[in-house]
Amino acid sequence: MLDVLIVDDSAAIRKILQRVLRQAEIPLAAVYEAGDGAEALEILKNQKVSLVLSDINMPNMDGLEFLTRLRAEQAWAKLPVLMVSTEGSHAKVLEAVERGASGYVRKPFTAEQIKEKLAGLL
Amino acid sequence: MITTETGWTEAQVQSELAEAIKACTREVFGTMLNLELAPGDTFVESSEAAPASGVVSIIGLAGAWVGSGSLSCSARFACQMASHLLLTEYEAVDEDVLDAVAEVTNMIIGNVKTGLENHLGAMGLSTPTVIYGRNFQTRGARNQEWTVVPFLLDNERMCVQMCIAPNPDAGQRAMRPGFPIPHVLNI
Repeated sequence: MLDVLIVDDSAAIRKILQRVLRQAEIPLAAVYEAGDGAEALEILKNQKVSLVLSDINMPNMDGLEFLTRLRAEQAWAKLPVLMVSTEGSHAKVLEAVERGASGYVRKPFTAEQIKEKLAGLL
Repeated sequence: MITTETGWTEAQVQSELAEAIKACTREVFGTMLNLELAPGDTFVESSEAAPASGVVSIIGLAGAWVGSGSLSCSARFACQMASHLLLTEYEAVDEDVLDAVAEVTNMIIGNVKTGLENHLGAMGLSTPTVIYGRNFQTRGARNQEWTVVPFLLDNERMCVQMCIAPNPDAGQRAMRPGFPIPHVLNI
């Protein structure tokens, strides 16, 4: 059973990603939601999380800064983090991978694309 | 004459902008909303095309080039958009509908930006600002031309529009995208 953290400033995207996870028949124990990187770090400190899906462009703390801070902590060094972002340039994807992203899906996405990426991560 | 890093003229940028808006809007609606949209004839306006009432979502771009992108539609179109995106029926504009319109705008303008970056250099994207009301007008404070692409769905019209120009400050200081260049709202 997975404890998933979805980080996106759009409630619509958080809802869609939850739907995709359920459609993919991924066994979910809990789904936590955060509107930015800072909120996400707080949840990680207090909850057991086994998978993170994160946007990049967010207010307060963006997804790349969140990724950097997350990877700086030994406890989360191997936590799978799938970036789901409108940012699709090669440079941005490369930057996310360099900062420790486990995978990258560009918005707009299909449920199949998310399922395929998660299958490779889990 | 101003040319881009890859030799595009400003006129070419405007022409490519219209094609990119059409392609990205159709991709977002087809992939995320399962809706086929028919683009109408592109036109250029010296002030932003906005409906007299309804929903407008605006995003700023900044980098080597600066500008804004927006999506405007009626309340009914916005509800249809949210219903298809979230698979829940919406009959009135609420927080969910405004958030759905903002996210659709983010995906369209973000993908147009990614496509243009190969020619124009890297740009940052602000988070969207959404306005809903009646009898309002939006316009950019700078006298820029907007490339406007209308789309039709069940006789309802939605417009996606962008204005973009070389950044005179590029290279002198790092730009961060914020609210689109000084913007005026008359509500």
